[in-house]
Amino acid sequence: MQTLLFLILFPILAACLLLFVKRTTLRYAVVTLSALFIGGASIYLLIRYAFGDAVYFAAPSEGASMAMVAIEMVLALFIIYMGAKFRNYLAIVLAVVQAALVVYLEISFPGSLHAVNNLFVDQLSIIMALIIGIIGSLIAVYAVRYMETYHHHHPEVRNRQGMFFFVIFAFLAAMFGLVFSNNLMWVFFFWEVTTISSFMLIGYSETEEATKNAFRALVMNLLGGVAFVVALIFLAATEPTSGGIDLARVLASGDAAVILIPAVLIGFAGITKAALMPFSSWLLGAMVAPTPVSALLHSSTMVKAGVYILVRFAPVFAGTFAGFSVGLVGGVTFVVASAIAISQSDAKSVLAYSTIANLGLIAACAGVGTYMLVWAAILLIIFHAVAKSLLFLGTGAIEHRIGSRNIEDMEGLIVRMPKMAVMMFIGIAGMFLAPFGMLISKWAAIEAFVQVPFGLIFIAILAYGSAVTVFFWAKWMGKLVAVTRNVERVEKGFLEEPWAPLYIITGLVIAAVFLFPVISSTLIEPYVLAIYGATARLAQANVGIMLLMMALLLVLPVSFFLFRRTAKHLPVYMGGRPATPDLHFAGSLGLTREVQTRNYYLTEYFGEAKLFRPGAVVCTVLILASWILAGVAL
Amino acid sequence: MSTMAFLKRSPWILHYDASSCNGCDIEVLACLTPLYDVERFGIINTGNPKHADILLITGGINSQNRPVVRNLYEQMPEPKVVVAIGACAATGGIFRECYNIAGGVDKVIPVDVYVPGCAARPEQIIDGVVKALGILEEKREKMTGKAEIKEGARHAAEAGEGT
Amino acid sequence: MNGLIGAVLFLILAPIAGGLIAGIDRKITARMQGRVGPPLLQPFYDVGKLFEKENVVVTTAQNFYVLAYLVFIALSGALFFAGGDLLLIIFAFTLAHVFLVLGAYAVHSPYSHIGAERELIQVMAYEPMIILAAVGLYMVGGSFYVADIAAATVPAILYLPGVFLGFAVILTIKLRKSPFDISTSHHAHQEIVKGITTEFSGSTLGQVEIAHWYENIFLLGFVYLFFSWNPVIGVAAVAVTYVAEIFVDNVTARVRWQAALKSGWLAAAVLGLVNLAILSYMTIGGA
Repeated sequence: MQTLLFLILFPILAACLLLFVKRTTLRYAVVTLSALFIGGASIYLLIRYAFGDAVYFAAPSEGASMAMVAIEMVLALFIIYMGAKFRNYLAIVLAVVQAALVVYLEISFPGSLHAVNNLFVDQLSIIMALIIGIIGSLIAVYAVRYMETYHHHHPEVRNRQGMFFFVIFAFLAAMFGLVFSNNLMWVFFFWEVTTISSFMLIGYSETEEATKNAFRALVMNLLGGVAFVVALIFLAATEPTSGGIDLARVLASGDAAVILIPAVLIGFAGITKAALMPFSSWLLGAMVAPTPVSALLHSSTMVKAGVYILVRFAPVFAGTFAGFSVGLVGGVTFVVASAIAISQSDAKSVLAYSTIANLGLIAACAGVGTYMLVWAAILLIIFHAVAKSLLFLGTGAIEHRIGSRNIEDMEGLIVRMPKMAVMMFIGIAGMFLAPFGMLISKWAAIEAFVQVPFGLIFIAILAYGSAVTVFFWAKWMGKLVAVTRNVERVEKGFLEEPWAPLYIITGLVIAAVFLFPVISSTLIEPYVLAIYGATARLAQANVGIMLLMMALLLVLPVSFFLFRRTAKHLPVYMGGRPATPDLHFAGSLGLTREVQTRNYYLTEYFGEAKLFRPGAVVCTVLILASWILAGVAL
Repeated sequence: MSTMAFLKRSPWILHYDASSCNGCDIEVLACLTPLYDVERFGIINTGNPKHADILLITGGINSQNRPVVRNLYEQMPEPKVVVAIGACAATGGIFRECYNIAGGVDKVIPVDVYVPGCAARPEQIIDGVVKALGILEEKREKMTGKAEIKEGARHAAEAGEGT
Repeated sequence: MNGLIGAVLFLILAPIAGGLIAGIDRKITARMQGRVGPPLLQPFYDVGKLFEKENVVVTTAQNFYVLAYLVFIALSGALFFAGGDLLLIIFAFTLAHVFLVLGAYAVHSPYSHIGAERELIQVMAYEPMIILAAVGLYMVGGSFYVADIAAATVPAILYLPGVFLGFAVILTIKLRKSPFDISTSHHAHQEIVKGITTEFSGSTLGQVEIAHWYENIFLLGFVYLFFSWNPVIGVAAVAVTYVAEIFVDNVTARVRWQAALKSGWLAAAVLGLVNLAILSYMTIGGA
C-alpha cells in the first residue's frame, strides 16, 4: 500500500516544491529527480503486484474523505470565482449544481458512503500507473526546457511556470489516485481534480482564445462530473443491491439492471472526458496550450481517465443494448474523427483528431465489452499512449525549430532534422502500420466484433475508419521522408529541448512491439481472465510473424549502404525542362519559377464543416438512447 | 548476364516532338496502331525518359527546345540510342534557313540513326528502330565490358592493397 | 509444415506465374484491339532488360522503399499461401503499399507526388471492401485462416455473391486496370507521366514489376478462396474473373479519383455490407 500512497502523495509533494522553484536548472533537477522516483515507483509496483490477483487496501478513510469533500468545495468556489471573473455563467451554474449534489449526497446517504477498501491495485491499474508514471513524467521532464523556450518565443505570455509545474504534478497525482481508488467517491474527487488541472493548463497563456477554450473544456467536463455525481447518488440510494460506492462491489453486483444506470451515467462522464463526439471540441480547443500539455492530455492523463473508467465498467456494459449504444458513440466518433483528420494540415490538429478517433475505438470496444474487446481496448490504451506522446513532443520540438507546425512545412524533414524525422516516422508507424501496436488492436477488434450480435456495424466502422486512417498518416509520413535539396539543416545545435525523453519514448514504441506478447500475458490476460473467466490472446504463430515483420523493418534500412556506392544521381523529371535540384525552372517570359508539391486534403469531402455536426448529432442521439435503454432495462 | 541481351527484345521508346510539323509524329504514332503493331517487338511508348531506351525525335532544333532535348537525353539511363525521324530532325529540313532553327538534332545530342523522309513512313521508322536495336546492343556490351574492366581493376587494386 | 511449403512455392513460382499471366494479359489485350501483340514471354524480357540498365536514382532512399515494398508484398503473399491469418495478410499488404508510396514521396518529384497521392486514394478506396471480404469468408468458413477457408466444403460464393462482386470491383483497382488505374498505368496514358513510378528506373522499376506479379498471384489466390470447395471450378472462376478484368480494362476509360473512391466505397457498402447483413441475419435466424 505504501507504493500506492507514495505514487499519489509524492507528486503532490513535488508539485508544492515546484511552486517555489524559480531557476530553470534547479527546476530541471527537481523535475528529473521526481520523474525518476515516480517512474521507478511505478515499475516497482509492476514487479510487486503484477503477478497476483487484485489487492485491496483499507486505507485511512474518514479523514481523507472529509478532506476530499472540503477540497471539492474549495474547487467549486474557485470555479465560481473564475466563472465570475471571465463571465462564464454556465461554468458557475454547473459548479453550483455539482456542489449542491455532492452536499445532498453527503447529507442524505451518510450510511451508504463508505467502501470496505478505499484503495486497490490490479493489472489494469498497473498498466495505467505505468503509462502515467513513465510517459507522464517523461513529458514533465521534456516540459521544463520546452517552457523556457516557449517563453522565449512568446514574450507576451506571463511567466507562471511555478504554477504550471505545480498543476502538472498535481495532475499526475490525481491520475494515480483515480486508477488506484476503489471508493467511487474518491474516484470522483480525483476526476474533478483532473478537470480543474486541465482547465488551468489549457488557459495557461491567458489569451482570449486560451481562456475561452479552457472554459469550454471545463464546462464539458463539469457536465460529465454532474452525471458522475448523479450516478453516485443512484448507487448510494440502491446500496443494498448495487453495492454503493465500492467499485469492486458494484462490478460484482448480481443485479445487472440496477448498476446499468449508474454505469451509463459514469460512462457519459467518461465520454465527456475522453472527448468523444459531441464533446470533441474541448480537446481540439486544448491545442492552444503549450505542446507538453497537449502531450499530457492526449497520451497519459485526462482522456485516458475517460477510457479507463469505460474499460472498468465494460463488464457491466457487456451484452446490454445501453452498452452497445455507448459503444456506437465510440464507433461513430472513430470513423468521423478519422475522416476529418484527412482535411487537417495543422500537425497538432491531425494528432488531436487521431486521438479522438482512437479514444472512440477504445470506447467502442469497452461499450460492447466482450472479453476479447476489453483485451483489445487495453492494448489500444497502451500503444496509443506511447506513440501519441512521442508525436506530440516531436511536433513541439519541430515547431520550435522550423517555426511552424503545419505538415506542409515539414516537407523534407528527413534532410533538415534527420533524427527528429526518424522518430516522427516511428511514431506515425506506431499509429497505423503493421506490426506496430495500434494495428494489432484493430485486428483483434475485428476478430472480436465478428462474434458479437450486430457486430457487423462495428466491422463496417472499422473497415472504413482504417482506410481513412491509412490515408492521413501516410501522406504525413510522405512529407517527412521527401528528400529535398538545398535546404538548411537545422537539427545541429539543438539544445533547447532535452532529447532524452524523445529517445526513450521512441525506444518504447519499438520495444512495445517486441514486448507486447509479454505485456499481454503478464498484465492484460490475467486482468481479463479475472473479470470474465476467459481471455483473448494472439496465436503464437501470428506473434512470430509480427516479430519477423518488425525484425525485417529493422534490418531493411541496412540496404541503404548497398545502394550508396553504385547509383548515378539525376534530377527529377520536370517534363523535359531543366530544373535546379530544389525544383526551380525557367518558366515563360524568362521568369524563374518554383514547383511546389502539396498534399491532398479533400476538404470538400472530409472537411470539418461537412462532417463534425452530423457526427455530433448522431452521437448525441446515441448517448440519449443509451440512457433510455438503461432506463428501460431497469 | 551479358549473354542474355534482353535489351534488344524490350526497347522502350520516348517520343519527342522538337519542332515538327506533326507529319512525322502522326507516322510515329501510326506504328503503334493495329496495322503496324510495334508491340510485337516489345516496343512500348513510355513517355518517360527515366524508363526509355530509345529517344525518337521529330523536327529540328530551335532555341526553345534545345535545353529540353538535352535534358531528356540526359535523363535516360544508359545504354540509350537516339533516332532522328524525318528530314527536319536530320538537318532542319525545309525549315533549316529559318532564323530560329539551329539545324538537326545532332546539333545538341549524338544521333545514332537517321530516318529520312518527309514525312517518314512507318515502315521506315520501324526499320530505323530495328537498326537502333543493334547499336543499343553494342552499347550495352561496351557498358558491361567497361563495368567488368572497372570491377577487375578494383579487384586488382584490392589485391594489391592486400599484399 | 504444409504452410512453409506453400510459402516457399509461392516465393519461387509466383514471379514465374505472375509474369506468364502478365504475358497472357498483354496478348489478350492485343487481340481485343485487333493486334498481334508481344510474345508471351515479353514481361520477362522487359524485367530482364530493366536489370541490365544503368542504376539511376534521384535519391538513394528510393531504392530502400521499393525494396521494402517488394519484400512486404512477397511476405504477405507468402503468408497467404502458407495459410496464414487473412487480416494479418491484409495489413502486411497495406504496409507494402505504404512503402511504395513513401518511395514516390522520397524522390520529391511533382509527377511522383501526384501518383503517390492517388495511390493513397486507391488504398483508401479498396481497403474497406478487402476487409469486408475477409470478414465474409470468416462468416462462411468460421476462421480467418486461409488454410481453413480453403479447406471449406461449402461453396463460399453462394453465400457471398455480393461480396465477390464488390471484391471484383476493387480487384480492378488492385490490378491497376482501367477505369481505376489513376496512380500509374501499364498503358500509354501520360497525363501524369508514369505517376507513382515516374522516378523509378532500371532495376528499381524491375522490382516494382516483380512485386506486381507477386501481388497479382496473391489477389487471384484471394479470388480462388470464394470457389475453393471445388478446385476445378475454382481455377476456372479465377480465369474467367481475370479475363473479365481484361475486358473491363479495354472497354472503359480512366475515371477521376472521386469516382474511383466512390466506386470502391459504394461497392463495399452496397455489395459487401448488404450481403454480410443478410448472411448474419440468416445465421442468427438459423441458430
